[in-house]
Amino acid sequence: MNHWIVAPVLLPAMLAAIIVLAARFHNGLARVMSVAGTVALLAITLGLFLGASDGSIGVYLLGDWAAPFGIVLVTDRLSTLMTLLTAILAVPVLLYAIGSNWDRRGRHFHALFQFQLMGIMGAFLTGDIFNLFVFFEILLIASYGLMIHAGGGARLRAGTQYVLYNLLGSTLFLFALGTLYAETGTLNMADLAGRVAAIDAGASSGIRVAAVLLLLVFAVKAAILPLHFWLPASYSEAPAPVAALFAIMTKVGAYGIIRIYTLVFPPDLASTQGLFDTWLLPAALLSVAVGMIGVLGSERLDRLVAFSVVGSMGMLMIALSVFTAQGISAALYYAIHSTLATAALFLLVDLVRDRRGDVGTDLEDATPIAGSPLVAGMFFAAAIAMCGLPPLSGFVGKLLVLEAARASDLVVLAWAVVLSTSLVAIVGFSRAGSQVFWKAHEVAARRADDLETEADEANVEDSTPNPAPLPVVSVGFLLALIVAATVFAGPLTEMMDATSAQLFAPEAYISTVLEANGKVIEYDGGHGTEEGEAH
Amino acid sequence: MELLVASAIGVMTAAGIYLVLRLRTFPVIIGISLLTYAVNVFLFAAGRLTTDAPAVLRDGVETYADPLPQALVLTAIVISFGMTAVVVIIALGSWLSCDDDLIDTPRSESDPEVADVVPRGGVSR
Repeated sequence: MNHWIVAPVLLPAMLAAIIVLAARFHNGLARVMSVAGTVALLAITLGLFLGASDGSIGVYLLGDWAAPFGIVLVTDRLSTLMTLLTAILAVPVLLYAIGSNWDRRGRHFHALFQFQLMGIMGAFLTGDIFNLFVFFEILLIASYGLMIHAGGGARLRAGTQYVLYNLLGSTLFLFALGTLYAETGTLNMADLAGRVAAIDAGASSGIRVAAVLLLLVFAVKAAILPLHFWLPASYSEAPAPVAALFAIMTKVGAYGIIRIYTLVFPPDLASTQGLFDTWLLPAALLSVAVGMIGVLGSERLDRLVAFSVVGSMGMLMIALSVFTAQGISAALYYAIHSTLATAALFLLVDLVRDRRGDVGTDLEDATPIAGSPLVAGMFFAAAIAMCGLPPLSGFVGKLLVLEAARASDLVVLAWAVVLSTSLVAIVGFSRAGSQVFWKAHEVAARRADDLETEADEANVEDSTPNPAPLPVVSVGFLLALIVAATVFAGPLTEMMDATSAQLFAPEAYISTVLEANGKVIEYDGGHGTEEGEAH
Repeated sequence: MELLVASAIGVMTAAGIYLVLRLRTFPVIIGISLLTYAVNVFLFAAGRLTTDAPAVLRDGVETYADPLPQALVLTAIVISFGMTAVVVIIALGSWLSCDDDLIDTPRSESDPEVADVVPRGGVSR
């Protein structure tokens, strides 16, 4: 048994506790520990990723109890890919938080950050669906704290909405799990796969309810259209590094859909037919449309980026809802791209906000910001990636999505929506970019003519400090990753193809999990049924 | 007993959903609590309803209560309890700093009152 599998969960959990207890009054110490832990996490997840890249499946039995009874952690291509993506994202986000002093604007930033990482890692690694719920709750509790980090009225109000919406989502998750358990009598994903397949087509009403409820839960997390209302307000009001880290949280929902609907409810299962092409695909198309129209209609730069998250999740779901091997691999590539691009954009918005004084992120006239050529250039690159223009990864991702959509009945509609919303997004982003970066020079010239007071000029100069190096470097790192995802699109898509091929052949996963040797208590007094198998 | 449990879950869920759709934080939080009670009982029922049956193995006993849902309910109770505490504190903070307990985020453009309380863009700098 490979003990490294549990390390991505244990390391941040221990570190967070140590930071709370030992380093709560030492900001410097907390920073050092947090960065060291996140880099170590990156190394561990990279090791797991390389270990799983030959297609092997690793199982970790918690407490060494055998599979359907104990909780298992499983590493396969998909879960190690997602943990690696999380760790890669966490490093620049954390460096940004430190460089921009965001972590000092409230208490316990680093501890909450580590708990958040623990929850995300656990959600990706677990092989037990109730354990998935628990890790969801861990990442949500940490995200509640991070979301209202540094306080403020608007942020607390958005935080209230966010928490309430997610509490409803958690309740729905529990209803789904209750239904699933009532129908199958197990909560281990590999075991569920066999038992769901064994249910008669005639008695499948309960399991269909469970499948739809679970899809709703993951759709809430992934912000698919009728359930996306929590996202724009909370992402735009959250502190920038937190919003950037949240870029991976919507992907946890997408991961849940991919995992559960390839393993437990596979596409050829009779009782869950039509779930994706009848319901998810239209919802995904609507998400893309509403997200991109929101980009066009936003009055603030941070809301604009938040709506682009809704749009890009819709794009991911279009590829996903086709539910072919090609579709899943396109969705995974798009997930990597959209995580990096979203995070870079949220951090850039914060760089802009810091330098615009009272105007903040409103798309209004203001004087130019310091270091504007650099920030504007980076915003330009990130916006190109987000809109899906060549030459960056968004373009490659969108091509893959379009290609995958050809397998669907709604291909004409899907192509029309994807292509026309791309245009809307381009208009939205260029309007915002020119308002913030170009029109500013005009405004500055006009104001100088009008006022001609030197004191004002001096004020403007003073209020716009040059960008500190660390935040700019971390945004640059994210952009470099986007470029790398574009340059190495070939090897990456091959990797995604291998991942989705593994997902569509779940027999190896199921047998590896169920045949792992662990403790089982043999009981031979009386005729009692074995624990956990009361049905 | 099935009818009683099922209708109790149904009534609590209906009341919870009604309260969740209110506009102010207090009834919404009460509604969420009702929903979590409903889901806890529902999880119990997922292990089938039995009376007077032991949950752990014992000699000479034929019927058992399913122990797993009981463990699940315990987890769910702890989590929902903690979550309710968190949401109460956040709602309280939001009420204290915004001077009202409405759920909706007001449009800062059209609502001058709120625009005064919360300076746009530069929150908590």
